[in-house]
Amino acid sequence: MTSLSRADRTRRAVSGIMTTLTALCTIVAVGILAIILGYIAMRGISSLNFRFLVETPRPVGEGGGIGNAIVGSAALLALSCAVGIPLGIGTGIYLSEFGRGWFATFVRFLVDTLTGVPSIVTGVFIYAVIVLRMQHFSAYAGGIALALIMIPIVARTTEEMIKLVPHSLREGALALGAPQWRVTLGVVVPAAASGIATGAMLAIARVSGETAPLLFTAFGSRFFPRNLNEPIASLTVQIYNYAISPYDEWHAQAWAATLVLMALILSINILVRFLTRKKL
Amino acid sequence: MFGAAALMCVIVILMIAALASHSLTSIRQFGFGFLTNRDWNPVNQQFGALAFVYGTIASSLIALLISVPLSLGIAIFLVEQAPTFLSRPLTFLVELLAAIPSVVYGLWGIFVLAPFLREHVEPHLARWFGWLPLFQGPITGIGLLTGGVILAIMVTPIISAVVRDVLAAVPSTQREAALALGATKWETTVVVLVNGAPGIAGAVILGLGRAIGETMAVTMVIGNRPEISLSLFQPSYTLASVIANEFTEATADIYLSSLIELGLILFLVTFVVNAIARLLVWRVTRRTLGATA
Repeated sequence: MTSLSRADRTRRAVSGIMTTLTALCTIVAVGILAIILGYIAMRGISSLNFRFLVETPRPVGEGGGIGNAIVGSAALLALSCAVGIPLGIGTGIYLSEFGRGWFATFVRFLVDTLTGVPSIVTGVFIYAVIVLRMQHFSAYAGGIALALIMIPIVARTTEEMIKLVPHSLREGALALGAPQWRVTLGVVVPAAASGIATGAMLAIARVSGETAPLLFTAFGSRFFPRNLNEPIASLTVQIYNYAISPYDEWHAQAWAATLVLMALILSINILVRFLTRKKL
Repeated sequence: MFGAAALMCVIVILMIAALASHSLTSIRQFGFGFLTNRDWNPVNQQFGALAFVYGTIASSLIALLISVPLSLGIAIFLVEQAPTFLSRPLTFLVELLAAIPSVVYGLWGIFVLAPFLREHVEPHLARWFGWLPLFQGPITGIGLLTGGVILAIMVTPIISAVVRDVLAAVPSTQREAALALGATKWETTVVVLVNGAPGIAGAVILGLGRAIGETMAVTMVIGNRPEISLSLFQPSYTLASVIANEFTEATADIYLSSLIELGLILFLVTFVVNAIARLLVWRVTRRTLGATA
């Protein structure tokens, strides 16, 4: 009897210890998040002011800002959305509504693996097919590189969202004599629209933090962009260049630019969380 | 719609074709020796990838060694142990780690993590484990260990998210059966883990794929020196970071071609690694979906 209860007690103790350990793992992860965000807020806020947000970079010791990088990032994001979102949604609709048979399975597999292609490889690819051909870096090349990263993300969320639309809706529209394409575009897609929009927003948040694919496509610039056919600045490349520079002043500016970037990314993530929560 | 889907295939084919055709110069000149030669010298136009392959594998292994137990713990806690009112916000917070851009991790790595490891971790490692070749040599805070740690933080949310999906896909009848036999909470969890084992393996491989291709954060803390050294304190170099660093400086054709070949290697390796991971994860989630449907 006693030996049994002792064995029992050990089992319970092991269970308790393991639960505590797993909880500890979670605390470590959340703690690291808090430390990173805390440093960004602390170091970023001290160099942040209005002039920093609207000026162009200057040599060390003269201040300067990230105005051109903010405009550049916005232009790159707009370009990548214009290319990536329609293509991603199109692929997603195809996979969910018409995707039967080996071809669809193959495309789904390709989309999944494209998500895992390192973004630096996307940069090399765009360099080889666009920059080398045009003979110069440009915002177009950067935007298309970002779009390539966006497409698989948007495609998969679109597919998941459209799958959630109840079958009765499709059957009702088909019963009224609507052709398949009208059912898809007129009934199914609008029903999934908010979900698709959420997926697109997450893709924007992901892409806005990308640096590697921009290094040798959009390249960077110290001036406000005048047209999209020339090299263009971006927040992320600017942060990188300042972070690896030897100057304290530029380090401080890198933290401030990071604060701006993180404010954008975090607000998109929290907004998406808020939107999806209401639906559940 | 079909056009968009077909375009996906075209993009992948074009990617392989473009990378391969631009690597031709380098492949012709160095052949398979490219992978076994450790000499990377742009001045003499000698290019070998071994040092980068070593740096990539070593930093990814360090990352997995740290992040796999951590991610498993997180996923188990969030799916099996924590009450819902705790697990929902905590899940969101852990996922936020994945939303932080690579370059931001790099910035934090240079100015916070590297000094911390240099002052508080590496001296202790050298004192207690200095008899191992892994922990010898000068301590700078910039090197393989810091690169591995930053990678570990970056892949943890990815691995734990997939493990969470896998655990959630294990039918609850398995848990009920274990509990009915008098198993404790942890013993029940072990049953669930065994059931989801292939999926968990898939999650780990997925994390490996991400670690191999990660660029900016690693570039900023790993030291960027093409050397092969057993010591984790020494600077190293990865496939992705040499591309990021030297691509715009490469003026000679053979230099550029060698860098693009590194990109091709990176593409093929991550493609295969991801394909294996997807198949493993699919096997678990699909099997259980089939059982419930």
